[in-house]
Amino acid sequence: MKRVAGLFALAAVPTAVLAVFFLLPVAGMLERGLWSDGDLDPGALLDVLGRERTGKVVWFTLWTSTVSTVVAVVLGMPAAYVLHRLAVPLRGAVRAALLVPFVLPTVVVGIAIRELVAPSGPLGFLGIDGTPVAILIGLVFFNVAVVIRTVGTAWESLDRRPADAAAALGASPLQVLATVTLPALRPAIVSAAAVVFLFCATGFGVVLLLGGTRYASVETEIYLLTTGALTGAVEYQAAAALSLLQLAAVVVLLAVAARLRAVPDPTVRRARPAPARPRIHDTPALVATGLVLLAIALPVVTLVVGSLRRDGAWTLVHYRALQGAGDAGGSGVGSGLLRVPVSEALTNSLRIAVDATWMALLLGLLVAIVVTRRARSRTEASVRNAFDGLFMLPLGVSAVTLGFGFLIALDEPPLDLRSSPLLVPIAQALVALPLVVRVLVPVLQGIDDRQRQAAASLGAGPLRAVLTVDVPVLWRPLLAAAGFAFAVSLGEFGATSFIVRADVPTLPVVIYRLIGSPGPLNYGTAMAASVVLAGVTALVILLVERLRVPGVGVI
Amino acid sequence: MLTVEGLTVTFGHHAAVDDVDLHVDDGHVLAVLGPSGSGKSSLLRAIAGLEPLHAGAVRWDGEDLANVPTHRRGFALMFQDGQLFDHLTVARNVGYALRLRGVGRAAARSQVDELLDLVGLGGYAARMPRTLSGGERQRVALARSLAAEPRLLLLDEPLSALDAELRVRLAADLRRILREAGTTALLVTHDQEEAFAIADRLAVMRDGAVVQEGSAEEVWARPIDAATALFLGYARVLTGRAAELVLAAAGRPAAPAIAVRRSALAARRPDASGAGGLTAVVRAVRATPDEVRLVVDVDGIGEADAVGAPGWLPVPGDPVALRVDPARLAVLPPGSNP
Repeated sequence: MKRVAGLFALAAVPTAVLAVFFLLPVAGMLERGLWSDGDLDPGALLDVLGRERTGKVVWFTLWTSTVSTVVAVVLGMPAAYVLHRLAVPLRGAVRAALLVPFVLPTVVVGIAIRELVAPSGPLGFLGIDGTPVAILIGLVFFNVAVVIRTVGTAWESLDRRPADAAAALGASPLQVLATVTLPALRPAIVSAAAVVFLFCATGFGVVLLLGGTRYASVETEIYLLTTGALTGAVEYQAAAALSLLQLAAVVVLLAVAARLRAVPDPTVRRARPAPARPRIHDTPALVATGLVLLAIALPVVTLVVGSLRRDGAWTLVHYRALQGAGDAGGSGVGSGLLRVPVSEALTNSLRIAVDATWMALLLGLLVAIVVTRRARSRTEASVRNAFDGLFMLPLGVSAVTLGFGFLIALDEPPLDLRSSPLLVPIAQALVALPLVVRVLVPVLQGIDDRQRQAAASLGAGPLRAVLTVDVPVLWRPLLAAAGFAFAVSLGEFGATSFIVRADVPTLPVVIYRLIGSPGPLNYGTAMAASVVLAGVTALVILLVERLRVPGVGVI
Repeated sequence: MLTVEGLTVTFGHHAAVDDVDLHVDDGHVLAVLGPSGSGKSSLLRAIAGLEPLHAGAVRWDGEDLANVPTHRRGFALMFQDGQLFDHLTVARNVGYALRLRGVGRAAARSQVDELLDLVGLGGYAARMPRTLSGGERQRVALARSLAAEPRLLLLDEPLSALDAELRVRLAADLRRILREAGTTALLVTHDQEEAFAIADRLAVMRDGAVVQEGSAEEVWARPIDAATALFLGYARVLTGRAAELVLAAAGRPAAPAIAVRRSALAARRPDASGAGGLTAVVRAVRATPDEVRLVVDVDGIGEADAVGAPGWLPVPGDPVALRVDPARLAVLPPGSNP
């Protein structure tokens, strides 16, 4: 009984947070979507879902996500092999650098891809500016790194001997790949693909920046409906209906992904063979990897170069413009497109990120402890499983649905938080929460409970046992999780764009405003701000990578 | 003194430990011996306070420990795989309980050194656990448990993770160390040799219940039933006519069932005068450095195991004469037929 009570105590804070910041917004969406003028009216929901534009939006989301997933997996495989299996120079550095695109703020990626495919850009000759291809490039850019990391981690610990046995039986390298290696990697590939599909289907910033109102996914459509950008009128009911659709789809996708990712025994670790020296037959993989790495680096380089050039000459004018508040119309820097200087937005972002980080860490740690706790009785097991289900529920809710839910549920009684400075950090903390939980859970699962029992049997109280056993294992992953949460919060755009206050904007929101406004200086300033934001994020992530935490590969 | 009364541990509807009574006197070592799945580990964990009791009580000197958490019981638990804290040096592992008790640095250091000497690992203080062999890790785990000066030491299959040769050596060491320290200990194991080597009393456990308890010699000489006899290393259980014939040949009164050890039947060439002995035909032969192991078909009994002196190698089909060693068979109580 005491242990069950302890479980409830641990779960209290996350449960309360969830009730207010997840269940309340969902209830709000249900209310907006299903009720009109106080009457239950499911017809309205069906009406929205039956619209021609809704059908187009859903179809666009599906096909772009599918194509991007396939391309990301195909491009990621050779690099996973080369970077995790072969002894190539700079292996560690490249692997660390590959973490960066994944956490790069979506608006930064959006603007980088736009600069890349613009008529004046390096790929301008392809004429894909303003087509869905640009969006595909953006989605693939984000997710290739996920494939490389997920599949690479599995490949790294793959036993070499079955492949050797097949080769000894006369299989050519290609046959070995097809008959031994790929089947062994299938779980990792499928799981990577599922996660990538999820990320693509909920990708917001890239699609919004590159697609605008012309090419919309479900996520961006929700945003466009709430801003009235489509018809000139704000359409909350339609947005709520789409949010519910998205919520249901994401829950299904998550369940599929979780099932595909399930490992029978998380404490088992496989042997890690030493990386091999590249051989002749590795040449295609090496070349492909080089091209993929180049393709990933190209948008970033283009962005940096673009931010430093104006009218065909090198200049720092865009960076100097960060001190100003945007160009409202030809009257020069500081005339006030924005209410605050861009540099202040960066300060806002950093401050909010700090708050979001401690919140995400606190919540994530509590959730991870509750869901990994060993149950000693049936009651305890069923209580734990109930909490497990409850906490996993919102883990994958897309940022846009979250932001929209906040927008409609938390600005009216019973709870009015619109003006609270904590609203944005809370939303960002919830966006970062899944990452924190996914870093911490495998680590906690990997701790043998008998270590704590050994400490207890030697006379250590519960707190002391935790200090002896858990803390030494957990502090690095905690730091890493903090870094991830910080980076995610810095670049968070989907949820923030709904609830941010105009006088306290974050940097991604400012970048989006600047791009949406005419004037080459605004565009240049946006690029400069993007470089700064990307730089800060990359710095944080590279520090995290230095901690070399196992299990981070599952992001 | 540890007293366990009517202890029951359940997992769902299954009783892993079912109404077990045990006691361990101060300074004694009790081995709970049972096959895997017999509930012996659950019993040990329940005594340590790591498993909730469904019924019954664990007492120390009469005091009920129901509300005493593991870390206040003063029962150190040594795990099968040691469970050393991998991030701490050997010295800090061993000194863990000393630090918890607030023993001063210098005093703790000398105590740690003493304990490491006791387990034969003097000079290992600065090593990290991962660099140790399996046997060394178990010695460190033992030293760490002893440093807690437990009123009861609980040992969960302390040697079964080790290879055979090391197991024999470490078992002897363990017995010596426990005796020297006058430690009261409860050991659970599935390995009867480990139990005999370390403990002075045995409790045999099967299907959650203690089926026999007594001094090691007592249990060894008079197993309570066929299953216990086979578990304790008796080679076969003979009943009815076969039991009668063997007992007659040993010159002992008839009984319905007996358990025989492999060495109970000594085979030799049949040409010597075999009066009063049994005769048999060799079915299979296996030579070992110490003896020749035979499977024989005994007239009137059927298949049985026997041993021959080294240097004599019969072949299958050879007739042999058998002499029965009365000390190597046990009469099973009536009503315990397999």
